[in-house]
Amino acid sequence: MLAQARAAVVSTLFFTLLLGIGYPLLVTAIGQLAFPAQAGGSLIRDRSGQVIGSALIAQKFDRPEYLHPRPSAAGSDGYDASGSSGSNLGPLNPDLAKRMHKDADALRAQGVKAIPADAVTTSGSGLDPDISPANARMQAARIAAARGAPEAEVLRVIEAHVSPPLLGIFGQPTVNVLKTNLALDTALPRGEPPRR
Amino acid sequence: MNGPGWMEIVLTIAVTVALAWPLGAYLARVWQGERTWLDPVLRPVERVIYAGCGVRADRSQGWLSYAASFLAFSAASFVVLYLTLRFQDLLPLNPQGFKGVSPDLAFNTAVSFVSNTNWQSYVPEQALSTFSQMAGLTSHNFLSAAAGIAVAAAMARAFAAHRGEGIGNFWADLTRITLYVLLPVSLVLAVAYIALGEPQTLLANVTAHTLEGGKQTIALFPTASQEAIKQLGTNGGGIFNANSAHPFENPNAWTNLLEIVSMNVLGYACVVAFGRIVLARKDARALVTVMALFVVAAASAIYATETQVPPAQAAAHVATDVSMEGKEVRFGAPSTAVWAAATTGASCGGVNAMLDSFMPLGGGVAMFMMQLGEILPGGVGSGLYGMVVMALIAVFVAGLMVGRTPEYLGKKVEAREIKYAMLAVLILPLAILGFTAVAAVLPVALKGLANPGAHGLSEILYAYSSASGNNGSAFAGLSANTPWWNTTLGIAMLLGRFAYVIPVFAIAGSLVAKPKLAATAGTFPTDGPLFVGLLVGVILIMGGLQFFPALALGPIVEHFQALQAVAAR
Repeated sequence: MLAQARAAVVSTLFFTLLLGIGYPLLVTAIGQLAFPAQAGGSLIRDRSGQVIGSALIAQKFDRPEYLHPRPSAAGSDGYDASGSSGSNLGPLNPDLAKRMHKDADALRAQGVKAIPADAVTTSGSGLDPDISPANARMQAARIAAARGAPEAEVLRVIEAHVSPPLLGIFGQPTVNVLKTNLALDTALPRGEPPRR
Repeated sequence: MNGPGWMEIVLTIAVTVALAWPLGAYLARVWQGERTWLDPVLRPVERVIYAGCGVRADRSQGWLSYAASFLAFSAASFVVLYLTLRFQDLLPLNPQGFKGVSPDLAFNTAVSFVSNTNWQSYVPEQALSTFSQMAGLTSHNFLSAAAGIAVAAAMARAFAAHRGEGIGNFWADLTRITLYVLLPVSLVLAVAYIALGEPQTLLANVTAHTLEGGKQTIALFPTASQEAIKQLGTNGGGIFNANSAHPFENPNAWTNLLEIVSMNVLGYACVVAFGRIVLARKDARALVTVMALFVVAAASAIYATETQVPPAQAAAHVATDVSMEGKEVRFGAPSTAVWAAATTGASCGGVNAMLDSFMPLGGGVAMFMMQLGEILPGGVGSGLYGMVVMALIAVFVAGLMVGRTPEYLGKKVEAREIKYAMLAVLILPLAILGFTAVAAVLPVALKGLANPGAHGLSEILYAYSSASGNNGSAFAGLSANTPWWNTTLGIAMLLGRFAYVIPVFAIAGSLVAKPKLAATAGTFPTDGPLFVGLLVGVILIMGGLQFFPALALGPIVEHFQALQAVAAR
């Protein structure tokens, strides 16, 4: 029995060092050397080097000239990138229907007719960096009006940022909100100059 | 539902099963201590470990000794992990300055990771230091997986032996599976994940100044290194709260595919390796067929439910037929469906969408897959031995019908084995239904519920199904970080892992001593469609039927409520 105990303790400690310290540090070293951008969190910086956000993480947009991400249930105000979370509302929870109704009515008030599902649903992480192409196109008229630009120009920027599914089969087509907004600022500047 | 969606589901599962053959062949070599191409590097490391532990790796243990080693190792793992979490404030690499974890949460989490469940009652990015994530959780992701696979190796030896005694050496199995299989594969996967966009850094938080002038704190961790073993070892404990729905844990379709494949491939590979060692490759293929059939069926069912009209969207007059609440745009319904089937069939528990917001039957199917015993293909190692238990019961049932002593893979199956098998399979209903019944009437438990009505019962039932099956996924609205939930779920996890595995060891010990019989004309063939059908039936009846009344009160009644709500619009 004592021999078993010794083997158990020694192996646990040895493997903790190997797998808990050695392995993650080795992977970190490889990642930082070979793929520093991804390993650092796919951060996007402005000209001065300040971090604007991560290409993989949704951030809050509610000005009319920007593409808006999906609603978010992460943190109390949404888009809390240090507290990812879905709403976890069940399909029949009255709070879910109420919230969707409110969001859908707000969109209809802007003149939107067909509302895509992702525009009124929160994502699993609350940090979904993407919206569906239909959701992006739905917002083109509002963005064009706010920027004083033709809608076709806005749509052109959006279409350039549609990522197709992998091999046409795996996953769904997406539009990355932050990257598209940066491109909109570059292509169709308005008011103060863009930060990038 | 559309063509590409179905293609995605079928291709994902097909790729997984196909890859299990080469991996299973390699795994069989590792189990038998044969030479591999990694020997020049790893043999010396092995020798150092054996010397330090004071074990003779070539000495085969009897089943009691093997079981004692398994339990001693799990106990040591539990203590080390519990202390690491409790005192993380005194340990290095705590850039966020998190406090030590509370006793009930540390108990729950330590049990959770040692039992390969990886249920998480906490929000990781707001509770655990980088050190706790790495030295605490990442290492136990490996070790609990390796311990499970070791039991599968022991079971294979028990069937292969002719009047044998030992079922192998636990310490050698643990060491070899970790060093030769889990570590190298995880290393390759982790680097691939970084290349595909997952972070891997010791820096904690980055503050972003957003385009609209706000501030956003972005939590970062050594993500890729844990993600790799989290999926490969069917652990499922996310480094972030949202698990693989979080874009850092699962940024795109490539990572999603790799993560699904890696969470099931080793489960199937254990069966393939078992077949090679027992010289029963066709029988192993029949077991893989049963497993894959269930996963395909579950994925299809969930794809169908998640592309119905969701009641809340109908109420808001949003005309779509896909339920996107809790799902990520880059995955949509098909990727989410195949993931949900794979993770609940495999006792992985990682999620790429929030199951709590699934349509009623979608969540119900996920729950049902766990209740079938986590054998489809099950957790690494545990899926194989769980499936063998079911196969023993299946041949026993077949034997009863024709009045012959049943055999399985050349071993006579007698009353003793069947008693142990029944002892094992009764643990799940005892833990799941027992705890659910108590929690459903206790105010202290009900306080944790996030949703009213039938869905609330589903949250309870899901939690205990997940904990007892060592799955770890959740209807995550449940606020489980309370002494009641942490303690009872911890006990359910202990029962699901250890009360299950001891009868399994006893079966192995009983079988290893029996003579290996040649198949005769009277032997019931266990490699054909008849056996596949019988086994499917046994799994559904033994595993599924006893949970049906509980499911009827949860997801099934909620389904009809949802139909009614949509029809009323």
